[in-house]
Amino acid sequence: MAMTIHVDIVSAEQEVYSGLAEMLFAPAELGEVGIAPRHAPLITKLKPGEVRVKISDKESQEFYISGGLLEVQPHVVTVLADTAIRAHDIDEAQALQAKARAEEMLNDKSGKIDYARAQAQLAEAVMQLRTLERLRKRGS
Amino acid sequence: MAVGKEIRTKIASIKNTQKITRAMEMVAASKMRKTKDRMQATRPYSKKISQIINHLSHANPEYKHPYMIVREVKRVGIIVVSSDRGLCGGLNANLFRTILNQMQQWNSRNIEIDICTVGGKAANFFSNINANVIGQVAKLGDTPHQMDIIGVIKIMLDGYENGSIDQLHVINNEFVNTMTQKPVMTQLLPVVAGDLEDDLSGCWDYLYEPGAKEVLDHLLQRYVESIVYQGLVENNACEQAARMVAMKSASDNAGNIIKELQLVYNKARQAAITQEISEIVAGAAAV
Repeated sequence: MAMTIHVDIVSAEQEVYSGLAEMLFAPAELGEVGIAPRHAPLITKLKPGEVRVKISDKESQEFYISGGLLEVQPHVVTVLADTAIRAHDIDEAQALQAKARAEEMLNDKSGKIDYARAQAQLAEAVMQLRTLERLRKRGS
Repeated sequence: MAVGKEIRTKIASIKNTQKITRAMEMVAASKMRKTKDRMQATRPYSKKISQIINHLSHANPEYKHPYMIVREVKRVGIIVVSSDRGLCGGLNANLFRTILNQMQQWNSRNIEIDICTVGGKAANFFSNINANVIGQVAKLGDTPHQMDIIGVIKIMLDGYENGSIDQLHVINNEFVNTMTQKPVMTQLLPVVAGDLEDDLSGCWDYLYEPGAKEVLDHLLQRYVESIVYQGLVENNACEQAARMVAMKSASDNAGNIIKELQLVYNKARQAAITQEISEIVAGAAAV
């Protein structure tokens, strides 16, 4: 049997995943990282995107996170997500709506809005949609 | 009948009070369930982040974050988490007593104290005793958001960074079970190293991406926020539980008083009837 590592994914609202896995992929700030068992201790910030847990060769689970932190200990990986949802539960309509709203806010030149915030919202919505797309490709 | 009039009105008024306390008990019971769920939902996050911080404090980092360096204590900051409303038994009183004891200890060692309050009761109490309150937030309702408490946390963190306070504590009620709530004080800054589950001894350090300072800034701020938030959510659950218990005993007491008064009333009524009869009998005998 392949070596495994314990993975915990928690969001501010709930525990999302806890169990053994062969590998974990996460969108770190400097690019995507893959964590295998016995990785060196690491702490990094995460961007909005997809966290993939490879449980075995056949089985893997995807989660969407809106940013957070990743801690790696040789035998434990912890993902502290701001919000985390199972990729299957992302509502495409809602993501599209959020994207439209964010774009509208960015285009609104009246100067009343907070640009940084609008940009963050847009990035989040786009990442949600990309996760969905990838999921669909894999499914088909 | 003249004899029972006052007693009857008294019974009626106590019955009304009982109705109110019973209604409050039921409201508190249903709110308690919700706040307890919320408390349990946020627990994994704060537990994990404390674990990470704990690991971190056992590492041997090249870069020592100011939040992890122990300084000589001249002034401490406390964040007091209390309820907004009263009628919850001794919940807030117990909390304040614990704080006052602690404050006395600090005073005797010439340590000054800065206070930030969360919740209306603490704000009232500490402005009454003329404590040095430097920030307050109240009226957070039953579903507090992390955004609401960022302000007071920022005041304290700024104070810690520019050296005006050397230690930061948070104090709130811990939810043991429905009947028991216990005030607990947690030291947030500087970070204290706790016990470890697994052996991490040896000289090691994390890899930090993108940079140690950036990551630690983010992580430690998150840590403080999530612990204070957890305290707030927990205190909320305590408040509802304490209110439920207090209102239940108030309803029971009202029931007892009504029973006693009813007895007194019946006796008085019986005495009046007996007296009337004996008067009539005596009158008839005299004729």
